[in-house]
Amino acid sequence: MILTTLESVPGKSITQHLGLVQGSTVRAKHAGRDLMAGLKNIFGGELKGYTELLHESREEAINRMTEQAQSIGANAILNIRFSTSSITQGASELFTYGTAVKLD
Amino acid sequence: MFDLILFLTLLALGFGFGQYLESQHYKSIIRRESSLKRIPAIATKHLPPEFTPCSTQMVCGNVVISIDFFKKFVAGMRSIVGGRVSSYESLIDRARREAILRMKEQAATLGANYVFNVKMETSSISKGRRNSIGSVEVLAYGTAISKQQAL
Repeated sequence: MILTTLESVPGKSITQHLGLVQGSTVRAKHAGRDLMAGLKNIFGGELKGYTELLHESREEAINRMTEQAQSIGANAILNIRFSTSSITQGASELFTYGTAVKLD
Repeated sequence: MFDLILFLTLLALGFGFGQYLESQHYKSIIRRESSLKRIPAIATKHLPPEFTPCSTQMVCGNVVISIDFFKKFVAGMRSIVGGRVSSYESLIDRARREAILRMKEQAATLGANYVFNVKMETSSISKGRRNSIGSVEVLAYGTAISKQQAL
């Protein structure tokens, strides 16, 4: 499975266009991390816990998108975009989408 | 009275640690930026045709950075008179540069020469009391291109 943010894969041609695939996950932060974030709001600096949490969640979203693409018989996803939105206080949705294609 | 002392202590702690952490962070950003200069991040969508024998791989880097209490206070004061909120400008600048650096570091471990079609996403993570933004997340992502033969 080739994942790319470009519109084509260099050196390969698209044989079949399979439409949009997407993956999303909603994550809430847990209380311990929230407490640490509260402290960090005084001192400033990087919130490593959140960075990791969001990174893991995004991997999860990518995995779901990849699974969807595999189930419809694609072998590459082009033009991938990420998007983040906060649904309620303390929970955010991480969303990723792209175009599933079949390459030769 | 106790509240005032607590507030001033937080302000002093925020000022001290915040300034220190920011200067340390900028030093590390500048050092790493100069060592990763060999991998340019390019915002173009289309690959030049002479690149064609190459391998592609998606790379991304994210970072969450929090503002300190002192800067938050300064920004609050600024919102009364209006104008440039320079305390938030440096926060966002650090976050963007750090995210790009992390993306480039991932590209460097893959042995890539360029990162094409770089996109960035910014979102605020925690909205603290009185709905003031506490921290921002920046995600940078793109496609790492490794040339397999010389041009």
